[in-house]
Amino acid sequence: MTHAMSLLLQAANPQLPPTDGMFILFGLIKAGAAFGIYMLCVAYTTLAERRVAAWIQDRLGPNRVGWEGFLQPIADGVKNFMKEESMPGGVNKALFILAPALAFVPAMITWAVIPFASPLPVPGVGLIDMVVADLPVGFLFTLAISSLGVYGVTIAGWSSNNKYALLGGLRASAQMISYEIAMGMSTVCVLLLAGNVNLSAVVSQQQAQGWNVLLLTLAFFIFAVAALAETNRVPFDLPEAESELIAGYHAEYSSMRYSMFPLAEYANIITSSSLIVALFFGGWDIPFTTWDNLPPWTITKTLATMGMYVSKVMFFVFAFIWLRWTVPRFRYDQLMSLGWKVLLPMALLYITAVASMVLALDYAALAREGMAFRGAMLGMNLVFVVLVFWVLDRGRIISPAFSRLERERVNRLRAVAERSDLLTGKGA
Amino acid sequence: MQANQFHSLAYAFGFYFFGLLALASAIAFVTRKNTVAAAMWLVNVMFALAALYVMLDAQFIAAMQVLVYTGAIMVVFLFVIMLLNLGHPSELADARGKWGYLLALLVGLAMLAEVMALNRSRTIEKMIPPDLAARAAEAAATPMAGGIIGPVAAPLFKEYLLAFELTSVLLLAAIVGAVVLGKRRTDAR
Repeated sequence: MTHAMSLLLQAANPQLPPTDGMFILFGLIKAGAAFGIYMLCVAYTTLAERRVAAWIQDRLGPNRVGWEGFLQPIADGVKNFMKEESMPGGVNKALFILAPALAFVPAMITWAVIPFASPLPVPGVGLIDMVVADLPVGFLFTLAISSLGVYGVTIAGWSSNNKYALLGGLRASAQMISYEIAMGMSTVCVLLLAGNVNLSAVVSQQQAQGWNVLLLTLAFFIFAVAALAETNRVPFDLPEAESELIAGYHAEYSSMRYSMFPLAEYANIITSSSLIVALFFGGWDIPFTTWDNLPPWTITKTLATMGMYVSKVMFFVFAFIWLRWTVPRFRYDQLMSLGWKVLLPMALLYITAVASMVLALDYAALAREGMAFRGAMLGMNLVFVVLVFWVLDRGRIISPAFSRLERERVNRLRAVAERSDLLTGKGA
Repeated sequence: MQANQFHSLAYAFGFYFFGLLALASAIAFVTRKNTVAAAMWLVNVMFALAALYVMLDAQFIAAMQVLVYTGAIMVVFLFVIMLLNLGHPSELADARGKWGYLLALLVGLAMLAEVMALNRSRTIEKMIPPDLAARAAEAAATPMAGGIIGPVAAPLFKEYLLAFELTSVLLLAAIVGAVVLGKRRTDAR
């Protein structure tokens, strides 16, 4: 009797968690909606990539199908389905067919644990968390699943029965293992501050303490570089370097099976951007106000925070595309030494520093939400940022490039330039 | 009451589904002649085991199972298999012969008999220390600090810190040893 009463009370109050049955029902609705929206976003990221690339390269890009090319992804999809599906001789058939799915699925499941808005009160049902699955191991789940992305690429390379594809697959697995370690290490700092691996807890910690990008800028930097490497995009696209490996691991694929690989790449971009936002940019938090962080939850708050979250993610998706069309590809040894000799030691040192700092501040009995704690973390962070970027820069941005040359050589080059009137601008 | 029945039914279904999946994948893993296919079946075993851990409410162990075994160790395995490029499956024809099969069958039967004998004699129940159940109940009653990883992290970094650190040194020594052995030139006399 009392159980039924409490159930009724629970159902009447939209600020309390829902009942079991409603939880399952809304879980299914959320999963379906998230899947649909995610697929749509992936399709439109392909259009965004082509339009942004065109904009950066000062050309028009696809703008013919529909208004400003908005139906282009659909036209591309139809085209890919209509093309002939080739099956080269000597392939391992089962693995050859399985590989594109193995590449795409992990990027998609990772998204399930990322919270994307404040809880939504549904009248007569209860408070619905705006995350598909709020797992207690949230963050470890994302690491575990994203480490599986390498299988698709590696298996595709091996099963194609093609030397170039195999080389691409091998490069991919070496690269992804290398950068996964730096990625995992960089996030340890975030977990040190949050004291929990649940992503909702990480978001609420940032609402109380300020965004992690301000307190842990280096961790963000390492995570962003590693995430870029995990997506296998320029400047880290060694596995499909067309000048060396034709197209790398997907050289033998055609039709829709081929297009699963680029789609997986775009899915990875969206997932990486969402993770960066959730871990370092406050998730769905709206900056400069606490209105959105506190109950009572309303539908307006849910919509506003979701808008904030989407705009943050879109910024990072844009940044990924921007980087691709700006920087050239690494050489293979540069890629490896960046991962193992720069990012990994940096992450380890940073963990030690952050852990010591947090321990010291906890011993000093400073409240984690207090100004003193945040100020101390911010101060240490500033010192680290200035140090590291000064070392990494090595006179490339802060001082002009010629400051690294010998003075005599600079003078000689100047003299040559003067003689040909290049500097005075009066050349023939 | 109905909800409870539904839960236990779902639990039983999950247990047998993932348990049989793990067994079937393990059998496929040892019988494949294609090394890459065998490795992929082993990955499947890891996943089924992770699902069983989740059903035991050990989500942390499940995540670690996937992260460490599937995401790291098996990827390196696959990398090595592909790098060595172990020929075509037909070239790796079974060279064990009927005596090998017979021996494997005998060993398997012996192990099965041992497991059944242990199960019958209830030795396993006696092997569990008596205070374990009390400790488990106590752990279940106390709220978890630091989310789901708190109960694992606290003993690991307080009670067993020395053992934990020594293990990591041991692993490092093993890696260094492997590198030294691998780097040694065979032609140097």
